[in-house]
Amino acid sequence: MTATTTTLSGGFGYRHPRLRLAGLLSAPMAWLVLVYLGSLAALFITAFWTVDDFTGQLVRTFTLENFVEVFTNSAYYPVILRTVGIALLVTALCVALGLPLAFFMSKVATPRWQPLLVALVLTPLWASYLVKVYAWRAMLGPESGVIQWFLEPLGLSSPGFGFLGIVITLTYLWLPYMILPIYAGLSRLPGSVVEASADLGARNGRTITSVVIPIIFPSIVAGSVFTFSLSLGDYITAQIVGGKVTMLGNVVQVTYVNNLPFAAAVATIPVVIVLLYLWAVRRSGALDNL
Amino acid sequence: MQRSRLLGIAAVGATAALLLAACGGGSTASPGGEAYAGPVGDGEGSLSILAWPGYAEDGSTSPDADWVTPFEEATGCQAEVKVFGTSDEAVKLMQGGGYDVVSASGDASLRLIYGDNVQPVNMSLVPNYADVFPGLKDKAWNSVNGVNYGVPHGRGANLLMVNTDVVTDGADSWALTWEADSPVAGKVSAYDSPIFIADAALYLMATQPELGITNPYSLDQKQFDAAIALLEQQKPLISEYWSDYLKQMAAFKEASTVASTTWQVVANAVQAEGTPISAVKPKEGATGWSDTWMIAKDTSNLNCAYKWLDWIASPEVNAQAAEWFGEAPANSKACALTANKDHCAAYHAEETDYWNDVYYWTTPTAQCLDGRTDVECVPYSEWVTAWSALRS
Repeated sequence: MTATTTTLSGGFGYRHPRLRLAGLLSAPMAWLVLVYLGSLAALFITAFWTVDDFTGQLVRTFTLENFVEVFTNSAYYPVILRTVGIALLVTALCVALGLPLAFFMSKVATPRWQPLLVALVLTPLWASYLVKVYAWRAMLGPESGVIQWFLEPLGLSSPGFGFLGIVITLTYLWLPYMILPIYAGLSRLPGSVVEASADLGARNGRTITSVVIPIIFPSIVAGSVFTFSLSLGDYITAQIVGGKVTMLGNVVQVTYVNNLPFAAAVATIPVVIVLLYLWAVRRSGALDNL
Repeated sequence: MQRSRLLGIAAVGATAALLLAACGGGSTASPGGEAYAGPVGDGEGSLSILAWPGYAEDGSTSPDADWVTPFEEATGCQAEVKVFGTSDEAVKLMQGGGYDVVSASGDASLRLIYGDNVQPVNMSLVPNYADVFPGLKDKAWNSVNGVNYGVPHGRGANLLMVNTDVVTDGADSWALTWEADSPVAGKVSAYDSPIFIADAALYLMATQPELGITNPYSLDQKQFDAAIALLEQQKPLISEYWSDYLKQMAAFKEASTVASTTWQVVANAVQAEGTPISAVKPKEGATGWSDTWMIAKDTSNLNCAYKWLDWIASPEVNAQAAEWFGEAPANSKACALTANKDHCAAYHAEETDYWNDVYYWTTPTAQCLDGRTDVECVPYSEWVTAWSALRS
């Protein structure tokens, strides 16, 4: 027996499920398509324009000269390679540091301590990005920074401002984004699977490589998407702790004032790199089990 | 499934192509608009100021430096000050809109004029303009075809600042920052803007006179390439490129940078924090700047804008501002009103000889600024791409 409807709107959605779905999705879809994809499209289209030599105003005539300049001028190859290198290095370091910590948080720590540890990992995210990077600038200072003060008696010296400074700072900044997905993945890992592996005679190392890592691999990949793409686009850290080392974001920053189309052409490079990265991630099957 | 996917991609591609085709044509602007005929009435109640650091102080940096609050009290125009680090930032911010007045250096003013971002200024509405030094009026960077676009603020040189604890035997030459055998290699800082290429050209004027550079903003391709080569040679010496003066102050305090180009206001601040420094104009000369207060083309606070221009050009306020920043004032009557009676002498405000080897920031154009017609000079857009390639 069908129920009678009392209000028009309730009944309308019930009778027209497709419209109901459309109404539900319209706001997020508008955000995704108009704001997000639309702005990416605007960026890409801008890359085909050029600027007036003197005033710097946009000239909306179609030209490929920006892409030609970016891909044929060998001066830009180092910065592209360096940026990808930094992103990969930061991702690797975040995995190396985050995996043991997440393992401790989910498997070794008692349930009473787990929420506290999660809160402690999340606390740095409350501080402003700039505050954290300037704090690292003070610490990395080659003359009077804390790291220099600490390493001097050992005969070493602070890495100072440069490539290493950028990697260290970015690793610190994005570590929570790597720890939390791995922690979530490890929490879902049934303890019985680990015990079964031990029962079958596997030592700790074998259990970790053959049982634990494959199961949490999707979580590691999820964390790596954060650290890789956030590092790829970063420019503020390079400005503050990078000394004279620049990243792709800095090239965009230097040129967008005077030559917006050229900056747009440069900005499409990280977009392409991240798309390639996501495609590789998808191919590896890591996202299937997420 | 395949066909609808292909159709989808085709639809996106077609839309993009249509967009590209629809947005056609170039845009060239001429210095437009009419100057406000006047009279200057009551203030609109607010004013948004875009200024170099130290130009529009409201007491937040130091209680002694405040000429914005008295302006607010006198005119009722509540002022909001935004500070920028380079001329490129200023141009971009003005193009974005939202600011009523801007203190533009010579390498920004012409871009703003030709980009239709500022309006001509009716000098009869700015009584204090009459007392500005004649040498600053009607210059190439603040007037076009006899039409004035702003009120001069002052002028200064980019100085060489060194930490005197490290560089003990005096620094009077830019060689300290350019030569590969410099004793402070690895601790030099340079200004992070394409206009810095002119400083390289300036050094070449002294060290490679055979290149024939007479104006560091007027470089043909050969001279430009030599300047870029010099900048590449300087790269190993550099610890950081600076545009944020607070970071430069921190770097000097921390001694990660011991030699750098600078503005007097930064040198004063660094000294006040206890670092022993000296700031001089080296023997090869220096690049410099002369700034102009300009009014945005589409400002809604026109009366407040004119009141600000008259206020900042007045002898008392110009003296305060010039003394705080450390530059030569624009108003000839300001010299008598500075707290330090030797200020104008120290900054050579009334000496024309001193400014002979100071090359004010100007926007380089394809038409050579030094008057040569047999070659084409490198325009600013190429300075920018060369700089971004250098900084990669």
